[in-house]
Amino acid sequence: MKVFVGIDLGSTTTKAVLLDENGQIMGRGITNSRSNYEVACAVARDEAMTSARFNYLARALQELKGSGAEAARVFESRLLQAFRLALYLDELAALRARMIELVETAGERATASLRGAISDILDEMEQNAPSLFLENEGRRSDFFRDLAGAAFLTAAERISSARGLRFEALAWPFDRAILDIESELRALDFQAVLSRAAQRIGPEASSDNSLPRALEQIGNQSLEEASFVGTGYGRQTLPFPKAAVRSEILCHGRGAHRLFPGTRTVLDIGGQDTKAIQVDERGVVTSFQMNDRCAAGCGRYLGYIADELSLGLHELGPLALKSCSPARINSTCTVFAGAELRERLALGEKREDILAGLHRAIILRAMSLLARSGGVSEEFTFTGGVCKNPMACRVLGELVCENYGDQLTINIHPDSIYMGALGAALFALDDWRAGDPHLLRISQQRSSGVSEREPSACAECA
Amino acid sequence: MTLNTSVQKSQATVAPVPKDDSQKRQKRMIADHFDRLARAKEDGRKVVYTFVPGNLTELISAFEMLPVLPEINALQSGMRGKSGGYISEAERAGHSEDVCSYVKCDLGMLKSGNIGPTGKVLPKPDLLLLSYTGCFTFMKWFEILQQEYRCPVVMLHVPYQAEGRITDEMRDYVVQQLISEVIPAMEQVSGRKLDAATLEEKMRLSARAENALVRVWESARHRPSPIDGYFGGVYYIGPIFSAFRGTTDAVLYYEELAAEVEDRIARGEGPTTPDGPLGPERYRLVVEGPPNWTSFNEFWRMFSRERAVIVASTYTRVGGLYDLGFRHSPADPIRSLADYCLGCYTNRSLPSRVDLLEKYIRDYAADGFLINSVKSCNSFSAGQLLILRELEKRTGVPGGFIESDLVDPRYFGRANVENRLQSYLQMLDSRRSSRAAP
Repeated sequence: MKVFVGIDLGSTTTKAVLLDENGQIMGRGITNSRSNYEVACAVARDEAMTSARFNYLARALQELKGSGAEAARVFESRLLQAFRLALYLDELAALRARMIELVETAGERATASLRGAISDILDEMEQNAPSLFLENEGRRSDFFRDLAGAAFLTAAERISSARGLRFEALAWPFDRAILDIESELRALDFQAVLSRAAQRIGPEASSDNSLPRALEQIGNQSLEEASFVGTGYGRQTLPFPKAAVRSEILCHGRGAHRLFPGTRTVLDIGGQDTKAIQVDERGVVTSFQMNDRCAAGCGRYLGYIADELSLGLHELGPLALKSCSPARINSTCTVFAGAELRERLALGEKREDILAGLHRAIILRAMSLLARSGGVSEEFTFTGGVCKNPMACRVLGELVCENYGDQLTINIHPDSIYMGALGAALFALDDWRAGDPHLLRISQQRSSGVSEREPSACAECA
Repeated sequence: MTLNTSVQKSQATVAPVPKDDSQKRQKRMIADHFDRLARAKEDGRKVVYTFVPGNLTELISAFEMLPVLPEINALQSGMRGKSGGYISEAERAGHSEDVCSYVKCDLGMLKSGNIGPTGKVLPKPDLLLLSYTGCFTFMKWFEILQQEYRCPVVMLHVPYQAEGRITDEMRDYVVQQLISEVIPAMEQVSGRKLDAATLEEKMRLSARAENALVRVWESARHRPSPIDGYFGGVYYIGPIFSAFRGTTDAVLYYEELAAEVEDRIARGEGPTTPDGPLGPERYRLVVEGPPNWTSFNEFWRMFSRERAVIVASTYTRVGGLYDLGFRHSPADPIRSLADYCLGCYTNRSLPSRVDLLEKYIRDYAADGFLINSVKSCNSFSAGQLLILRELEKRTGVPGGFIESDLVDPRYFGRANVENRLQSYLQMLDSRRSSRAAP
């Protein structure tokens, strides 16, 4: 089966979308953008391929009839979680090997107690992993860095305290190893991982003969990348052919228009760019404005505020929604806003009121860009990572209505974060249809497990 | 960072682009001018500092005085990588970050020894000729220079063309100032009386050079355009907007340049860029606003790599809108100088600027137009979004918007500018494709 790949390499996350020949979405994947953009793209694409295979499986199982059908569908939903667990465990194994390798070349710092503590922490992380995937649906992130980081931190704090070790002695091998692991491209044997996942969640649900056949089919399903387009903040640094690169402005406009064909204005708030885009009835961009030099008012601003408050990014919006008396925040500079936040907290103002004010401050900046791009008319679609923040969505809705009337349609799709990648995939399909396809070529060799490295020249720098 | 380095390395290995005869001539002319300035005191020649818009070069040289243009010094400092340090120097002296970066660059250069672009010290002014043509900052700039140099200032107040035309009263007002204030001040400083015949001859030479320059500008109507009317254009305007209007040198330069350009048309060639010939023309653009000087070649390459050629620009008309028909006239030099000052681009209203840009978009068959909005210059930047909207409405041609600065390197964000430009050019492609689609 031919697939058409769009990748949106953002400053925070890298997203991939796969389309089929009819332009239907087959799969999507997301990962954190890391220091190695090439790996980030490959991981996002692998995620999208995995997602496509599971969607294919889900469709196949939907067609099953008879007594085993319901059990098969339950099995399918658990299978995806088990699949993610299997991948997580593979990453943990690679992390363990790299940490031990680092510690063993660290000279005097490589004490037996340190090695023992690391081994115990990793054991504990492995033991706790199933509950993270198979029982806890509400985990904050699917990114290995976030999950492993949180689990390591919790275990390391306890073990370092109990054994009289310095926390930093445990933290540095993790910090180094996680960077290495994230920059390494590992081969994904989908069928093998799927088999392990199926075994883990038990054979009883797969007693129906149709299920093993379906599993085998999705593993063997050929997904042939026929064309690729890349976009996003990091697009210039990628080894893509120039013709396979599209501006994220065009891609967000096209993606938003694809999902909401009545769209004429698009606002995309990403990690460090905010873009106000006008499109015509065919989704072609007619004008745009974006932030210049300063990234205040973008997603990173919210990240900074979350750090200041020791909150998760996903917690900001819900907390701000509780506000009954939003503060008036005048600072749109991220640094000044941080200072204002601390000052107001010191004066006893409620966190939710301050946060509500900060959300309004960033959306006001976006409103300025919208005005400069030509305002809002007819249907308006909000895209980008900040769409996940309910307070940002609420304030934006209020301000758009306040400024442009309440007869507008405002669209916020649950998959808004994928809009740029969707637009890129649509361009990839166009290129293929025009006989000018391009492929994503990853130059980095995929490793099957732990890579071989030269030991660090200086243990102190490790 | 890695990308930049590799680009620089690859460029370093490319053979230098051969220079045209006109380029070599211009280089000699500019070097000679700075030599004359360096020797001005020992040669007994007086020096007048003045501005590009509304400059009275023929009048200055009719008194055997030499002009210095601080804006040009600033932009050259920007191109030579000196402006960042000069701006810091001015900020240490108390000038705000928000002050025009030309002003701060000039003041920083002054504080750092007033070394000109050829490495020679610039002489102090004997007269500050403040031609006010729409830029309020000019007044404050020379106010500061007056305190620094303790020399006389003469101001020529040029009324703003609010209604888009020059009235008899406006012209008479400027003529009166020239006769009763500017010329007497020059006579006093130079110790000479104005020689009418000398001025007439200079005006005649100016008109000849202006005729040739218009041939150069209008060559861009051809496909492919033989010139880049913005990045290449700022080199073309160098002599006529600085010290050479009214000289034989200028006539020789512009007639040689026009002939070279016409040869390129005959050969079907496009413009030459810092990296050689442009290649097949892909986009024809009109640009409003000054260029960024601190990353000038980098900025140019962002266009030339995409084979985008600028067919017309308003910035290259700041020293005279000769393609609208104005010529310096030997028949009535003083009235002609008054009309020149009144007709400056910076002295024109927003509707006039929109009319001019619309004319360029249509006459030069542009695919699009871009505005480079500079942080430093309120005169240029105020109202540019309104200009953009109005032009899109009138012509149906899409506009793009880029932000940078004149000579403050802190305000040129390479990634941001390139991102916007590429997005804009891809937008033009999309619109072309969608128009072509059945």
